[in-house]
Amino acid sequence: MYMKYKLLLVLSGSILLGAQCQARNAEVNIYSERKEELIKPLLERFTVDTGVKVNLVTGDGDALIKRLEIEGRHSPADILLATDVARLYRAKSLELLQPVNSDVLENAIPENFRDGEGYWYGLSLRSRVIVYAKDRVNPEQLATYETMINPEWKGRICVRSSSNPYNQSLVASMIARNGIEATQAWASGLVENLARSPRGGDRDQIKAVAVGECDIALVNTYYLGGMLHSEINEEKQAAENVSLFWPNQNDRGAHFNISGAGVTRSAKNREAAISLLEFLSGDEAQAWYAEMNYEFPVKPGITISETLQQWGSYITDDINLDQLGQYNAEAVRLMDRAGWK
Amino acid sequence: MSTAADLFYPESTARAGMTRLIYAGILIILSLILSLPLFAVISSFLIPVPDVWQHLVDTVLKEYVLNSLILMLGVGSLTLLLGIIPAWLVTMCRFPLSRTLEWALLLPLAMPAYIIAYTYTGILDTSGPAQTLLREFTGWQYGEYWFPEVRSIGGAITMLSFVLYPYIYLISRAAFIEQSICALEVARTLGCGPYKTFFRVALPLARPAIIVGLSLVLMETLADYGTVQYFGIATFTTGIFRTWFGLGSSAAAAQLSALLMLFIAVLIYLEYWSRKQQRFHHTSNRYSTLTQKRLSGKNAVFAGILCCLPVLLGFLVPVIFLIKWAWLTYGKVVNDQFLNMMWNSIMLASSAALIATLLALFMAYGKRRISNPFTRVAVNLSGMGYAIPGTVIAVGVMLPFAWLDRLIDGFFRTHFDYSTGLLLSGTLAAVMFAYIARFLAVSLKTVDAGLAKIKPSMDEAGRSIGLKPATLIRKVHMPMMRGSLLTAVLLVFVDVLKELPATLILRPFNFNTLAIRAYELANEERLADAACPSLAIVLVAIIPVIYLSRSISMSRPGHDYST
Repeated sequence: MYMKYKLLLVLSGSILLGAQCQARNAEVNIYSERKEELIKPLLERFTVDTGVKVNLVTGDGDALIKRLEIEGRHSPADILLATDVARLYRAKSLELLQPVNSDVLENAIPENFRDGEGYWYGLSLRSRVIVYAKDRVNPEQLATYETMINPEWKGRICVRSSSNPYNQSLVASMIARNGIEATQAWASGLVENLARSPRGGDRDQIKAVAVGECDIALVNTYYLGGMLHSEINEEKQAAENVSLFWPNQNDRGAHFNISGAGVTRSAKNREAAISLLEFLSGDEAQAWYAEMNYEFPVKPGITISETLQQWGSYITDDINLDQLGQYNAEAVRLMDRAGWK
Repeated sequence: MSTAADLFYPESTARAGMTRLIYAGILIILSLILSLPLFAVISSFLIPVPDVWQHLVDTVLKEYVLNSLILMLGVGSLTLLLGIIPAWLVTMCRFPLSRTLEWALLLPLAMPAYIIAYTYTGILDTSGPAQTLLREFTGWQYGEYWFPEVRSIGGAITMLSFVLYPYIYLISRAAFIEQSICALEVARTLGCGPYKTFFRVALPLARPAIIVGLSLVLMETLADYGTVQYFGIATFTTGIFRTWFGLGSSAAAAQLSALLMLFIAVLIYLEYWSRKQQRFHHTSNRYSTLTQKRLSGKNAVFAGILCCLPVLLGFLVPVIFLIKWAWLTYGKVVNDQFLNMMWNSIMLASSAALIATLLALFMAYGKRRISNPFTRVAVNLSGMGYAIPGTVIAVGVMLPFAWLDRLIDGFFRTHFDYSTGLLLSGTLAAVMFAYIARFLAVSLKTVDAGLAKIKPSMDEAGRSIGLKPATLIRKVHMPMMRGSLLTAVLLVFVDVLKELPATLILRPFNFNTLAIRAYELANEERLADAACPSLAIVLVAIIPVIYLSRSISMSRPGHDYST
């Protein structure tokens, strides 16, 4: 029995000590909503280039924001990296971020993809588009998000749950553009036209289109890119059976969201944090997003991979991204009322 | 030794009374500390959010509640079937594979629920291999045939039942093993057939144990997020996160969690109340070697199939597909970092299992010897965290830790002009605390059930023949408790191994576990890449599962393993 208690003591002691043994050299601490697999290689590259060590915790965006909030001014985090602008907006309104002015960042990132006051900067672009079955849908039938509620699409649309932040940001953008009433009617119309109750992820919607469960679906572009390069043969085939359609090209443009980052208010390594953001907006990192995760670079003039090129050119909705954050809760309520599961 | 002595001679001296008081004090304080996350959740009611509630009541709340109830009912019934029947068969009968099945039936325990959900979706989806094969074989097109939909509430019930039935199997088998054969033999001589013996004697005797297993299953079902979220089923738990992330109201989300807790408390109380009148102590202490009935012919085949089915569907099929996917990706996934993650997972899981079991032992003994409403409520309270989604518990852990850190920091600033910053937040200590707060229920219930088997008269008998308390514990309690303690260690170990949300949000920088890696990849819908870490979780869990299963078999008094 005594052995066990001793073991316990040693164990808990070492846990506490281990926590204290963090070196205080040049380093940056990141709370990242972006999964480790999709950011770590870039961070390692930054360390090689600059000698600055980067420490990483990944997790759900809102949970990380809560952690920042609870830890307060003592929080070790220097950067909050989010995969959706609504999280950055929320972090800013909770006063968890601080403004940053950097010529490098301002030159690299177009104005509509960063915060006006420099609280956050977009790092990659993610578009929500329509995919359609090559053999069953003539792309000329497609036009805009709005026309998806036309009766011809009844029982032919797939979309994932409205709990998904990308659906929320799409609906938020429509609220900003068309107003609540019109968007409410749109959401109800969309639910009317669904082929099945929302379930699964974006890849599942693409598979459902490929196999004929539905004819069109709303998905983020990079899932299609990932499937086209999947190791699983069925996924690859499914992806090859669908095509991508850029909606609203004759009016406001396709809906875009960003992944982005801001320096935290509690940052103790502000300078290093800013140089990391600058690195992430640089040519090498920008090309990497496109190469590895099929996202679009936020910086203009970056050569993009073949997969992205074959999707053709497009017009993006140049909405003020803050509005996606502002209308996020309203979008959720609206979808609840529409019965969008 | 005086502490232990006083516990067993409670009424003897004034000094003993003092010891009991101290024991009770420590017990209550400990329980309250472990309940801090729950208090943090409950305190959310201080922030009124009437408009969010109005919206929830108007739109989705009814659906959340209804779906959660259906899920509980479904998973509860299915796990009872999948757990009890094989447990009875492998304990009482011999048939082909029955020795292997004894431990193999536990294997699905090693499978995280969200992984099995992703895997089965991959297999059974319209574009998956099962339906593709069907279409190629029959020439049908999509829509010309009926196929069960995995991503439905029925699918969620099935997935959760596959991975949760081992709780019931494990606990009810332990109960069957411990049943004195005499009671069963008496029933047989009184003319009960095998079925009647099972339903009239064995099952009622095992009921308290089975209820323990069932309550663990139901709490885990309510706390599940990964599976129902992926299947698009709006339950209470997905509602909590939708309210928090989507509507941006963490207060309303915490209030929903508190309601969930209240619901669990009512269930636990109802169960407690329903068996208050009944005490289940075995009436005979005679344990002769269990003679397993050798089944033959049709019966043997039937029993074999019945017991193989849960292992096949809950473990072998998904593992085969995971191996297939892992084969495609192991080159880029398995590296030094991977081994490091494996070590982290094992280290966390074994420490948590050890601590949770020791704590449970301390509390269960305390509740047994010093039974008053205060100790009972305190101990029961500290076992409530199991039903709360891990992320919510994690926030409840962060709050008191941050408070303590600020206190320490303030002290050092005023007295030494030195800022200690965050000393405890964001360390493994916080992670460990969350594990204990969440999984103590598991070890506590298991140890409690084990302790309940030791009749008070046994202590008295021991005392009357002059056994010292320490000897009594060593010679009587420990042999009888061994199975329960091992079960507790095993369950917490496997639970922590699979645990995701609390680890994810509380962990220190650059600290990864297998569960985190598997989740991150699966969540990105990269099933093939997620296969390696998922398999590693299964692999790490299998070894203790097999070892403990054997120990439990051998723990039966009078058991002779050589026969």
